[in-house]
Formats: sequence, C-alpha cells, structure tokens
Amino acid sequence: MRGLGSSVYIMMVAAVLRLSIEMTGGTVEHPGSSIEFSGVSYRLNGPSDRTIVSNINLTIAHGETLVLLGRSGSGKTTLLRLVNRMLAPTSGKVLVDSRATTDWDPIHLRRGIGYVIQDAGLFPHFSVSENVGLVPKLQKWEPARIVSRVGEMLSLVGLDPTQFANRMPRELSGGQRQRVGVARALAADPPILLMDEPFGALDPVTRAELQREFKALARRLGKTIVFVTHDLHEALFLASRIVLLQTGGIVAISNPDEFLHLDHPEVQAFANSLDVAPGASA
Amino acid sequence: MSFWDFFLQHRAEIFGATADHLLLVLIAMIVAILIGVPLGMLIVHRPALRALSLAIANIFQTIPSLALFGFLIPIPFIGGIGKRTAIVALVLYALLPILRNTYVGLTAIDPAVLEAAEAMGMTSTQILWRVRVPLSLAVILAGIRTATVITIGVATIAAAIGAGGLGAFIFRGVALVNNSLLLAGAIPAALLALLADFLLGRLERCLRVT
Repeated sequence: MRGLGSSVYIMMVAAVLRLSIEMTGGTVEHPGSSIEFSGVSYRLNGPSDRTIVSNINLTIAHGETLVLLGRSGSGKTTLLRLVNRMLAPTSGKVLVDSRATTDWDPIHLRRGIGYVIQDAGLFPHFSVSENVGLVPKLQKWEPARIVSRVGEMLSLVGLDPTQFANRMPRELSGGQRQRVGVARALAADPPILLMDEPFGALDPVTRAELQREFKALARRLGKTIVFVTHDLHEALFLASRIVLLQTGGIVAISNPDEFLHLDHPEVQAFANSLDVAPGASA
Repeated sequence: MSFWDFFLQHRAEIFGATADHLLLVLIAMIVAILIGVPLGMLIVHRPALRALSLAIANIFQTIPSLALFGFLIPIPFIGGIGKRTAIVALVLYALLPILRNTYVGLTAIDPAVLEAAEAMGMTSTQILWRVRVPLSLAVILAGIRTATVITIGVATIAAAIGAGGLGAFIFRGVALVNNSLLLAGAIPAALLALLADFLLGRLERCLRVT
C-alpha cells in the first residue's frame, strides 16, 4: 500500500513538474493563426502627410492562403508589415489571435510569424543551416533539436541537407536562396507565414517551379499565409482568396475562380495585363 | 659618412626610438579604438549625437597636427610637455576614420538583411551584435588601418612637444641640416606605416563577408 502511495505521489510530482516546465521555460507564447484588420489606416507622418492604407477591414481565416494583389504603391506590403508589427496602425486595430498587435510584445509576435521577402534576406555571414536555425536558436532550443529541425526543413523545401547545410548564401542560386528563405521562415513552426513577393526576383522557369512546390507545401502545412504579389498569374495560382488593393484601399475580394469575372475597372486592368503579355509577370 | 654607416653606428638609438614610436602609436590607437568603435555603435540609432560627434571628430581632423600639439600644451591635466599630451593629440586625430568607418559599416548593410532580422524577432541588441557587427568588421578595420597609418606619420611630429619617438631624429636632422639624421627618423617611420598597412590589410581581407 505504501509502495503504491509513493509511486502515485511520484507520478503526481512528475506531472506537476512537467506542467510547470511547459508553462514557464519550455514554450514561448505563440500567436494563433487568425488575423483581423479592423478599420486600419496607416499614414506616414511628416511634411508630406501621406495615407498609405485607409480603413481596411479584413478577416483572414486559419489555414487560408490570402493573396494581396495590387500595383506598386497600392499598400500591399504595408498591410503585410502591419501584421507582424513592423508597422503599427495609425488608427484601427490589427488583431492577431484576437489580440491587437500593439498589445503584443513585438519580439514574441514576430517569432511566431514566418516572414519571407523578395531577396530572401539571408544572413551572408551565416551558413545555410545557421540561417534556417536562427529563430529556434533565439527561442533557445537544444542544439540537437535545432540540427534535426534544420535538416527536416531543408528536405521540406527540396534541398538535400548533406549537400546544402554548410554552404554559404553566396554559394547558392537565386532559387536555392529563396528555398532557404522559406525553410528559415518555417523553422520555428509559426502558425502564420507572411510572404512579400518571395518569387519576384527569380527567372520564370525557377519561379514556376517554386510556385508549384510552394502550393503543395502550403496545402500540406495548413498555415495561415498572407502572400503579396503584383503578379495576377501567381495570385490566381496560389490563392484561396484574392484581395485586390488600389491606392491603399480594398477594391475587391474574391476567390480565384470568380476573380476575373468581377467588373471592377482595376480587376479588368489586371485581366488585360494577361492578354498583353501571357506569362510575363515581372 | 654614408647613411648606412650612420645607421650601424646609431642602431641602438634608432631601434629605441622606433620602439618608443611604436608604443606611442599603439597606446593612442587602443584608446582611439576604445572610444571610436563604441561611439560608432552608439550613434547608429541616435541622429543628434551622430551629427555632433562626427562634426567634432571632423574638426579635430582639420586642425594642422603641429598646431593641435601646440594647442594641447597649456590645457590642464591632459596638456603639458611629453608623451601624455602627444597621445591625447594622436587619439583625437585617429578618432575620425575609426568613428566614421564604424558608423558607415554598421549602417551600410543590405536593408533586406536588416528587415529579415527584425521580422524574425531579433531584438535590436541581437541585430547589432549578431548581424551589424560581424557584417561591418571589414569596414571598421579599414578605418582602423587608415587611422594607424595616419597616426604613425603624425606621431613623428609629437617629438616637437618632447614625446620622443622617431620624430626626434627628424627634427634634429632638420635643425642640423643632416640628411642621415633625417633619414634615420623618416625611413623607420615609413617602414612602420607600410608594415601596419600590409598586416591590417591582410586581416581586413580575412574578415570581409561577400
């Protein structure tokens, strides 16, 4: 009886310990995967008091790939940067996991949101594996866990870890750099992924390749993805929903199947670009 | 008497003066680096302090070196005749290239890299130490190299205020119109400058990240 009692006691202590580890050191709070823009405007203060985006209302659901489509200067990158609080809204609120980005600790918020940009922005003085393992390292994962995670991520984006892990970014092609960029963004398993024209600087063949692979990857991972592009092809191919922006406002929201049938002039302007230069998108 | 004979006869003094000279330069450079590099880091995010400190460093650089030594003599604590005054002047002289290169190196980093670093949730301290500093080491070192070469040259003038070093030979050579004396100061100083330039140049290439 005493033996049974003490073993129950030990199990209870172990459970409490595990719980407290989980609550304190083990995991850092992660943003969940819903994003909501509620009456969001962003103005540049200064001599030319310029409004970049105004009165944006938009809810981005868990697991969808939302594409922000628009011309240069339409405010799509600004919207993206409002999500991980690289920018704070001048008015309105951006809610991530039902909490305003301004109420988040920006460092924690950003570590739970993957970010991929056009030039990949790989750290030139870090090897591929150091680049991919950076956020896990910032989150103080154990070294062994980081190594296995880096290998897993590189395989996920189609790079053989034995061949690429120790390379430096300058030894990679543009497409490979971008793959590493995606691997790096996914490394800490963030529920949200922000992508700012990630394939924009690639040659058309490589771009098509990466788009295809990324689409499959996105479906498999079930992340909430916000994807910025000015390329209608890309938008139609990747999106579960397209949001068309014009001069800082939303002019159309539609799924890709119906998008081209909308009769808004800006939609038609984009549709016309398809006729003129099929396949050309840079 | 040829220069070579002169050199052989006085080699102990010449080596002694070269060692003095080197020590003067070394101390001045260490102090200048200890001030210039941290100050350069500090002004990355502080525009007002940046303008002020770069302006001050610029002004010191424009004062003719002989005049700068002269100006310092009457100043209490740091002034007077001797090595201490000379080191202060050399530090002021070396500061600008170090400060400017540190600032330029830390700020001239690919914006995409900095944006990625920020978006990945690095704190600004982490960005400074893990991204900005490693990527700007070569540029910072280039500033230190420039400053070292300048300091080796300017340090010859320090003899005018009694700091010793190779300048002592040069000033005596000028006063006595003696070329051997003059060369006994000038040649080792030139060799020191070339050597420092070469060695720091090698180091700089090692640190360059492409």
